[in-house]
Amino acid sequence: MKIADLTVGDSLPDRKHTPTNVSLFLYNAAVWNAHRIHYDELYTKNEEEHPEIVVDGPLQGDWLAQCVDNWLEEDGVVEQFHYSNRRATYLGETLVSGGHVLEINEADKTAVIELWIKNAQGEITSPGGATVVLNN
Amino acid sequence: MSEANLLTEEHLAWIGHEGAPLTIQISQRDIIKYSVATEQQQDKYLDGREAPPMFIFNIFAQPKPLDQLRVDGLARGTSEGPSLPLKRVMAGGKNVEFFRGIRPGDTLTGVNRIKNIYEKNGAQGPLIFTERELEVTNQDGLPVFTETETSIAR
Repeated sequence: MKIADLTVGDSLPDRKHTPTNVSLFLYNAAVWNAHRIHYDELYTKNEEEHPEIVVDGPLQGDWLAQCVDNWLEEDGVVEQFHYSNRRATYLGETLVSGGHVLEINEADKTAVIELWIKNAQGEITSPGGATVVLNN
Repeated sequence: MSEANLLTEEHLAWIGHEGAPLTIQISQRDIIKYSVATEQQQDKYLDGREAPPMFIFNIFAQPKPLDQLRVDGLARGTSEGPSLPLKRVMAGGKNVEFFRGIRPGDTLTGVNRIKNIYEKNGAQGPLIFTERELEVTNQDGLPVFTETETSIAR
């Protein structure tokens, strides 16, 4: 992929994410996070008043980073990346990561990408964005 | 959203506070564990040759003895900062500038600074936002990444 190949509005590949108890356990172990809302159902519902086990916000940030990083492959690098967790998401939900090209600057071979995680209702739960630099 | 009026001068005095530098070494096994748990799709991550971009989350967290964990499972005093009047903590987001990749064997040094603390009234009650800035360099003194992370207490 080259900067000249890009068009504003180009879509990045969508990807479905359906976290499970096991995947959330492994993620939280890997990042050394013992917050009980990610694995203790009774505590999560009774003490923190969530309807279900909470899917980690930073895990959704990772999915957004993967969306742009996998699209780039070895053709460029992510220079800047941001996301916000705007709406809580819960175990049992299937979420979709995706994005599109928002701006292109051929002179410095950069592109601005808009990213999102959406729930089954099509609501954006975690918006994000990235600035990427292409090699060519 | 309006202000909630929960923050005192004592809380706000922490804005600008800089913690002592922390140094960690990056292991291939940690990269592989993270990559498997997050279902990475590129071999360089799954093989642990390079860290995925968001491997940086929590990498400077210092494991605490179990008797120093709160009822919610989070460690007391994980990050320097004020004791906030709201205790239920959620991740709010992150803004990262990347300068170079992270590989096994790298030694990273991070300096954390409280960039801002502010409050708002959300739809379900008051919220306190804490923004922490982290500047990370490698064993050669070269910048690796700079991030601002927001946590939300409710």
